[in-house]
Amino acid sequence: MADELGRKWDRCLADTALKTATGVGIGIVFSVLFFKRRTWPVSFGSGLGLGMGYSNCQHDFRSPYLIHGRVVKDQ
Amino acid sequence: MLRVCLRGVKATAQKSSGRIRLTNVQQCREYTTGESSGASRVVAAGLLTVTGGIGGTIIYAKWDHKFRAAVEKNVPYSEWLLGLALGPASQDAGLPIRKQMESIQPPSMMEKQMRTSKAKSEKKLKETTESALSQPTQNIQAEASAEATQIISAISEVQSIPAPCDTEPAAAAAAVLQETESAGAAEPLRERSAEEVAARLAQQNQDEKDIIASLSARLDDSLASSAKATLQAIGAQEAALQAITQHTHKLKEAMETEGPTEEKSTQWKDLEAALADRTTSVNVAKTALVKANEALDGLKSVIDKSRGLKITAARPLILAAEENLHKMVVDLDKVVSKVQSAESEAKIVAQYTELVNEAKQQFQREVSSLTPEIQANWKGLTGKLSTDDLNALIAHAHRRIDQLNRELAEQRVRGQIHMEAALEQQRAEDQKALDKAVGTATQHVKEEARLDQERKLAELREVIEAEMRTQLRRQAAAHTDHVRDVLKVQEQELRAEAEQDLSSKLLEQETRYRQLTQEQLDDFTLDMNAAYARLKGVEEAIDSHVEAEEEARKAHRLWLSVEALTYTLKTASAESPSMPLEDAAEAVRASCVDNDFALALTSALPEESLKRGVYSEASLRARFNSLRSLARRVALIDESHNTLYQYFLSYVQAALLFERQQEVPPTQLRSEDLDPFKLLSYASYCLEHGDLELAAKLVNQLRGEARRVVEDWLTEARLTLETRQVISLLSAYANAVGLGTTQAP
Repeated sequence: MADELGRKWDRCLADTALKTATGVGIGIVFSVLFFKRRTWPVSFGSGLGLGMGYSNCQHDFRSPYLIHGRVVKDQ
Repeated sequence: MLRVCLRGVKATAQKSSGRIRLTNVQQCREYTTGESSGASRVVAAGLLTVTGGIGGTIIYAKWDHKFRAAVEKNVPYSEWLLGLALGPASQDAGLPIRKQMESIQPPSMMEKQMRTSKAKSEKKLKETTESALSQPTQNIQAEASAEATQIISAISEVQSIPAPCDTEPAAAAAAVLQETESAGAAEPLRERSAEEVAARLAQQNQDEKDIIASLSARLDDSLASSAKATLQAIGAQEAALQAITQHTHKLKEAMETEGPTEEKSTQWKDLEAALADRTTSVNVAKTALVKANEALDGLKSVIDKSRGLKITAARPLILAAEENLHKMVVDLDKVVSKVQSAESEAKIVAQYTELVNEAKQQFQREVSSLTPEIQANWKGLTGKLSTDDLNALIAHAHRRIDQLNRELAEQRVRGQIHMEAALEQQRAEDQKALDKAVGTATQHVKEEARLDQERKLAELREVIEAEMRTQLRRQAAAHTDHVRDVLKVQEQELRAEAEQDLSSKLLEQETRYRQLTQEQLDDFTLDMNAAYARLKGVEEAIDSHVEAEEEARKAHRLWLSVEALTYTLKTASAESPSMPLEDAAEAVRASCVDNDFALALTSALPEESLKRGVYSEASLRARFNSLRSLARRVALIDESHNTLYQYFLSYVQAALLFERQQEVPPTQLRSEDLDPFKLLSYASYCLEHGDLELAAKLVNQLRGEARRVVEDWLTEARLTLETRQVISLLSAYANAVGLGTTQAP
């Protein structure tokens, strides 16, 4: 249990980094290809990547506390 | 531009809100007006029903008291309301019946009492009446029976008319009794006791007796004196009569006999003596008569006085006295009349003698005048006279005869006249005497008649009294019969009660006896059982000794195995767990096959410890220290706060917050002690001081992510604690068993 947190952090950081990098990359690609080398797709992409990574990280950390409910229909 | 927009928005907002409010108010008003008519109708109807209900209840409660009582009992403030409306509830429902019952009770008891007292008083009356059968009993009885009538009338509360023949004292007594009876009726429970009545009767009888005694004494005295006087008078009168007759006789004799002068003179002397006698005796008789009359008057006055007292008991006395008086008066009158007749005869004789004397003397004178020499005594002179003398004498005689004839004729005529006059006189005198005699006779007859009447009255009274007594006797007999019947019934009831009592007591005694015998039997059986039990105990003791030996052996084995188990715990190293406890546990199980407790304990060893073994305390301690920092770092994270930002904050807190490494945990955790940092420091302290259990408890208080982080450690700690607890129990048990089976030398 104690290690889990560490593992989570590792996963989280790795994932965020990856996503950010991927977002930057795609941003660069789009900026170069479609948006005349503007910076905004890069920042957009990085933001996107960061956001996704953040969200994933948060979800990962929250996962023990999430309650999965099912709707039971009366018959 | 923004401000303009804002203003416009505000204005529109205000307008719309205003409109909305207006419409709301309108709607409310419509609602209220619409609702008000309906609501007022409903309210009115409700009020009407409520008032109708209350009014109906009040009216019905006024009519039916039971209903009123029920309402008052059940509804709390109804009695106040009903009291206001109707006035206090009248109490004539339950109590008066009881009161009537109570009031009925005493009169019946009273009647019984009175009846018994009446019986007693009647008995006493009978006794008194029976005992008082002496001379004045008749009237006393009459009096007593009169009293009895009064008493009976008083007791039975019936106004009886007092007997008409009751005289004043009885009437007075009746009045007194009636007074007391009325007083008694006023307090119905107070009545005259039989003793009082008897005492009263006795008193009255005594008084009467006294009066009668005195009266009789007086009467007797006066009677005696008057009798004496009358007798004396009669004697004197008789003597006088005798003297008078003697005198007249003597006078007649003296007149008729012609004897010698000496004889004559003696005769005359005798006559004189007789006359003197007569006068004296007549005087004596007169005085005696006067005395007798006085005495008789005295007696009469006494009789009148005694009659004035009006006591019925004295009546016969009075009657007797009156009769005596009457007799005496009659005798006296008779004697007086005799004396008077004798006196008149004597007077006649005296007159006759005077006349005769006169005639004789005249004749003597004539004869002597004619023949002076002839003596008076001419009868013996026949031989001595001559013829001349004889002729002269004859002529004288003829002349005398003529004269005498003439005188005779004259006398006859005169005599006739005289006779007539005398007859007249005599007739008048006779008439007077007759009247007097008639008067006295009528008086006597009246007296006799009155005496007769009185006698008859007395007889009648006696008869009536006798009849009354028979009636009373009959009543008494009926009463005794009734009393006898009641007594019989009572006797039967009492007998039945007594028999019942007796039978119940007998039953009780029997049951007690049976109980006692049963108890004895039980005691005997108990003793027998006790002795048997002791024997058994002794046998068991011997067996148990054998068993104890066996047990001791087993206990040793158990102890050894438990020691082995404890030793396995020590094989845990710093990082790795101990050896699996499976074998040791098996050994323990083998050594305590029939010991359920040990078996249970052995089975209570957690599976994990058996398979894998347990960590030592030291390793747990080390782990904790590393866990502590982690737990500090995630102190703020729980179910609700678990964003990354919270994580960041938590990390900052952990970095900035400093707490004691170890802190003494308090005996009671307060709410501020539940802070994770504090808990961790407490747990650290506990661990450092070897109290794994308390450390685990404190760590158990962590919540949220910190809790999740230390979960593993906690389970390990629990495992270790469990195992250690079980093993310690087992060892304690083994020790105890060993101690138990060890026999002191």
